[in-house]
Amino acid sequence: MASMLGIINLHESEERIRELTLHRSLAAVPFGGRYRLIDFTLSNMVNAGIHNVGVLLSDKYGPLLDHLKNGKEWDLDRRKDGLFLLPPASHHGPSGHTVTGDIPNFLHNLDYINKSRQAYVLISGSNMICNLDYRDVLDYHLAKGADITVVYSETAGLTKSPPYTNVVTDAENRVVDMAVNPRTPKGDKASLNMYIMSKELLVDIVDYCASRGREDFLRDGIIAQLGRLAVYGYPYRGYVGEINSLQNYYKHSMELLNPAVWQELFFKSGLIHTKVKHEAPVRYLDGAVVRNSIIANGCIIEGAVENSILFRGVHVGRGAVVRDSIVMQKSQIGPHVLLQSAILDKDVQVSEGKHLIGDGSYPIVIHKRARL
Amino acid sequence: MPKKECVAMLLAGGQGSRLGILTKKVAKPAVPFGGKYRIIDFTLSNCSNSGIDTVGVLTQYQPMTLNWYIGIGSAWDLDRHLGGVSVLPPYVRQDGGEWYKGTANAIYQNLDFIAQYDPDYVLVLSGDHIYKMDYSQMLQFHKAKQAAATIAVIEVPWEETHRFGIMNTDTENRIVEFQEKPKQAKNNLASMGVYIFNWDSLQHYLEEDETDPKSSNDFGKNVIPAMLAAGEPMYAYPFDGYWKDVGTIDSLWEANMDLLEDNPPLDLNDPDWKIYAPNQSLPPHYIADTAHVRRSLVTEGCAVFGEVEHSVLFLGVHIAPGARVVDSVIMPGARIEENAVVEHAIVGENTVIQAGAHVGCVDGEGWMMIDRNAAGITVVEANIVVPANLRLAKGAIVSVTEWQEFPEERIS
Repeated sequence: MASMLGIINLHESEERIRELTLHRSLAAVPFGGRYRLIDFTLSNMVNAGIHNVGVLLSDKYGPLLDHLKNGKEWDLDRRKDGLFLLPPASHHGPSGHTVTGDIPNFLHNLDYINKSRQAYVLISGSNMICNLDYRDVLDYHLAKGADITVVYSETAGLTKSPPYTNVVTDAENRVVDMAVNPRTPKGDKASLNMYIMSKELLVDIVDYCASRGREDFLRDGIIAQLGRLAVYGYPYRGYVGEINSLQNYYKHSMELLNPAVWQELFFKSGLIHTKVKHEAPVRYLDGAVVRNSIIANGCIIEGAVENSILFRGVHVGRGAVVRDSIVMQKSQIGPHVLLQSAILDKDVQVSEGKHLIGDGSYPIVIHKRARL
Repeated sequence: MPKKECVAMLLAGGQGSRLGILTKKVAKPAVPFGGKYRIIDFTLSNCSNSGIDTVGVLTQYQPMTLNWYIGIGSAWDLDRHLGGVSVLPPYVRQDGGEWYKGTANAIYQNLDFIAQYDPDYVLVLSGDHIYKMDYSQMLQFHKAKQAAATIAVIEVPWEETHRFGIMNTDTENRIVEFQEKPKQAKNNLASMGVYIFNWDSLQHYLEEDETDPKSSNDFGKNVIPAMLAAGEPMYAYPFDGYWKDVGTIDSLWEANMDLLEDNPPLDLNDPDWKIYAPNQSLPPHYIADTAHVRRSLVTEGCAVFGEVEHSVLFLGVHIAPGARVVDSVIMPGARIEENAVVEHAIVGENTVIQAGAHVGCVDGEGWMMIDRNAAGITVVEANIVVPANLRLAKGAIVSVTEWQEFPEERIS
């Protein structure tokens, strides 16, 4: 396989998922019982043989740095290449104006890109939940002789909830149009925000945009160049969950309860790696009644859990009922508590007998470390 | 190399022959335990949690799984530039080489390894036991007593003293007599196989032991008695936590079942004394609508569609709809298919129990039974397939290359 550099671009919209991104970037939002969103993209890259990954940080990156550390869990603690945490431009130098796009972040880290030894580069966001083999995408890119290959899905229903990028292709899958959040999309194809191109082209695009005061990698660097460059679409037909709103977060979390989705996401092209906490196996004690749920290690269960996701180290007390809910790491559910359609952030304590009931389509969110 | 105050030597080369088919392909320390661990994780985690960062692991019998598992020691934070974990198999010298003849000889053959660190103390451990212990406290005790050797001891029931090395002590905990597996014990303080030696004493007595051709080069049988006979100050360090030698099928099964109690005697959830194990990157487990899980331990990667009661499911176990698992230990990657029943059993790694098969039934037959377990625990070897609808007798030890029925009388 030709060598490829991975860049994870964290310049992502958090507007519709503010409840979970108050203190963390979108990439660091906990998902699926023991992961953070970035684990999926990062693991897909590593599983495809990418050994050099740069993460273009945006803001609120404390929790993310703590999560990634030196990249060891992803086998990216390497002498040559490995994991590079690339600081954002806006946090450096006396730039007079407010940065709105991601091109300055690329520009700020152009040295890293230039000096990397790989011929190709894969650029991706962090919020697409899928288990995708990037080697197939690179093979496709080379076979098409494309300048840029954009991964899209026609089946995941991404155009139903903005933000999304609509992709329009011809019969040969050449991209003829792309649009960010158009009022009426043309067809159902939407970009997964994953692009493969040569490293030289990426450098050219960054230079072209930066030298003309253009700051948006997608709009200015790719969409505006569709006439000039051969951009092809790679159709991905597997499961994709785009986490761009609280509703989508809840929806795709609940889809993990479908064993076919669980199987595909966590096993298909490779395993999903994450920070290890060394928690013990789950203890089911008297009173535990668990149905259709995903339970992470370290939990102790003495109550009822239905259609729910419990992260590591959650305790469900005697007589408690947890239904259609997501309970994040180390939260404590007291005896006889009723939780319905609720999302509890990390380390929340709900004391005995409390009832927290959200709506099926609008779950209530309890903030990190809340004491109820 | 810079000096280390204390170097640990972990004996991990034993076969654990009483575990039978469970140690056919792996050494005893590599036998899975407690849902996500292997036996050696407890000793290695104890070292890490006690601040001992230099550990030699002596391997000999079936070391492949251990080598892979230990790696460079990252799981236990033992991937250190100075010290860390070193796997030490027997090796060849200019004048030839030999296998480790006994526990003492294994350490003797690695005196050079220890000498590199110029330690004051050497902690000798066995990779066969399940327990949580702070070795740094034992070292403090050893220093305070100005002992030449300190042996950790635990009270055992009087009727079991014949299985252990028994220490007779005075009121100051000084060891006055040692009885190896006595018929008539004078005390019920059993050696846990955890020793601290002053480095110079250890070196001296190991060298002396090596010159005796009649010695079986064993700590319990030879070195400890020799030190006592020479009048060395030796002390018993009393330990009162959970400690279990999981050397037999029954004790391995029991120790797993101990974890299912309300307040288990061995707390695996203690954030201040975690037991580490290499991570296998498996997702949280899935419990289906059709599943019933009662009084059990379930680990990452499992998918449960059937019924599980009073059992321990290890990493990546699959329990199909209609299957029933009771009072059992299901090791990593095993699959229990539709309507199969597993009772009072240990199922080895990656073994498949096909649809409708019944493991451990009272009226079962002696298919591929190589032995019988007196306590009635059925054991199915790793990496085999138990064909659909087969009935395996309660207490059968099942090992197979090709399925054929064994009449009871052929089993000795």
